[in-house]
Amino acid sequence: MPAGSLMEVKKVGRTIMEAQEIARAISRVAHEIIEHNHGIEGVALVGIRTGGVYLANRLAVKLGEIEGASVPVGALDITLYRDDLDARKEQPTLRRTEIPFDITDRKVILVDDVLFTGRTTRAAMDGLIDFGRPSEIQLAVLVDRGHRQLPIKATYVGKNLPTAIGETVEVYLEEMGRPDGVVILTP
Amino acid sequence: MSLKRKDLLGMADLSVEEIQLILQTADSFKEVSGRDIKKVPTLRGKTVVNLFFEPSTRTRTSFELAAKRLSADVINFAASTSSVVKGETLLDTASNIEAMQADFIVLRHPSAGAPGILARSLRASVVNAGDGSHEHPTQALLDLFTLREKKREFKGLCLVIVGDIAHSRVARSNISALVKLGAEVRVAGPPTMMPRHIEELGVRVFFNLDEALKGADVIMMLRLQIERQGIALFPSIREYSRIYGLTPERLRLAERDVLVMHPGPINRGVEISPEVADSGASVILDQVTNGVAIRMAVLYLLSAGR
Repeated sequence: MPAGSLMEVKKVGRTIMEAQEIARAISRVAHEIIEHNHGIEGVALVGIRTGGVYLANRLAVKLGEIEGASVPVGALDITLYRDDLDARKEQPTLRRTEIPFDITDRKVILVDDVLFTGRTTRAAMDGLIDFGRPSEIQLAVLVDRGHRQLPIKATYVGKNLPTAIGETVEVYLEEMGRPDGVVILTP
Repeated sequence: MSLKRKDLLGMADLSVEEIQLILQTADSFKEVSGRDIKKVPTLRGKTVVNLFFEPSTRTRTSFELAAKRLSADVINFAASTSSVVKGETLLDTASNIEAMQADFIVLRHPSAGAPGILARSLRASVVNAGDGSHEHPTQALLDLFTLREKKREFKGLCLVIVGDIAHSRVARSNISALVKLGAEVRVAGPPTMMPRHIEELGVRVFFNLDEALKGADVIMMLRLQIERQGIALFPSIREYSRIYGLTPERLRLAERDVLVMHPGPINRGVEISPEVADSGASVILDQVTNGVAIRMAVLYLLSAGR
């Protein structure tokens, strides 16, 4: 969700990563994925809507370049699996889940832009398991900002970013219509 | 954007944006219904009560499946087997159901406005599943969803609704939605089944079906309510069928890629010939499939409005 202009007026932004650093992080994570899985056979990427899907696509391109083979990519919308639907005044907008391959017995790598409380990841794992039984689920994130509320740890991290709990981390990607960048907004 | 409502009572009070939001949300739920495991935990712990004062298979089953696919608990309640036959009022029946912590009441009732009365006095969300000759909003929404899937745009679409317009809640809900969305709506049927001043809703009236069908992109057939024919609205079913039945010959008067819709249950050989009902133009079963997705979307969106 793009930051509204109101938010930008209220909060001060600090750029943490720019386009080149994001590209390097993706490249490094791609290499780590190959190393960890001894290649890319049986590996599939599933991006969490919205930012994670773009990152999953970029990772897939990178993995293809390095290994010369293609990795299936899916998109997962976790809204229906959230644990805070009751507490919200408005229902979040639903987006489509598209996993056009069988995940059973595959190593599925969930891809997200920011790892924060871990609740999104929990919901994503629940959602994923409704599609089959992966042999393994791994987690790749561009930014790990800490403050976990669940016992969840990323397998691959683009950048570890210490933050205060009240701060907001925004990841902008070209696919959303603005230049690549990771920004911390301080209230 | 979200649907800031507790209840869904009719299409007349929905804005174009709200309609689009429901259709867009239903896209996601259609995907859920296509999975091996057709269930998401979204409404876990919530209770949906289907309160039906008129017979129904399709709508009740569709709501029941929708609620179950969202992990809600469902109670079906048919008036014929309930305390209603002992003389309990509608409001008392509903209040008792609400006292058992129901979160949604899906109501079908022979009297227009009954869901509105419940909605005003209950905390639970009320969904109108058909009230008299008034509205049947989820039917109109699933029709719109099917149209959007097949035709993409509503603007400029020429649509003919054929049959007993006066007694049809499906017609009323669809007219009010389609006119809002910019479609050209025609209604066709015998004068005895045509409400006076219906033109004021923004539709064109035809008594000759052949003329109405010229240039039509969509034909929406209504069920001839044979059980209602105590009052003589036409001389005989055979005559009705001859003048207002949709046959392959008549279908050729419409556009080549015409869609044929019907809210069901169909009377084969009365308002629609079997050849047409089973033809490639017919999207009748798509409508049924889409009904579940639409009802999931409605339950999901209303669950935040309480």
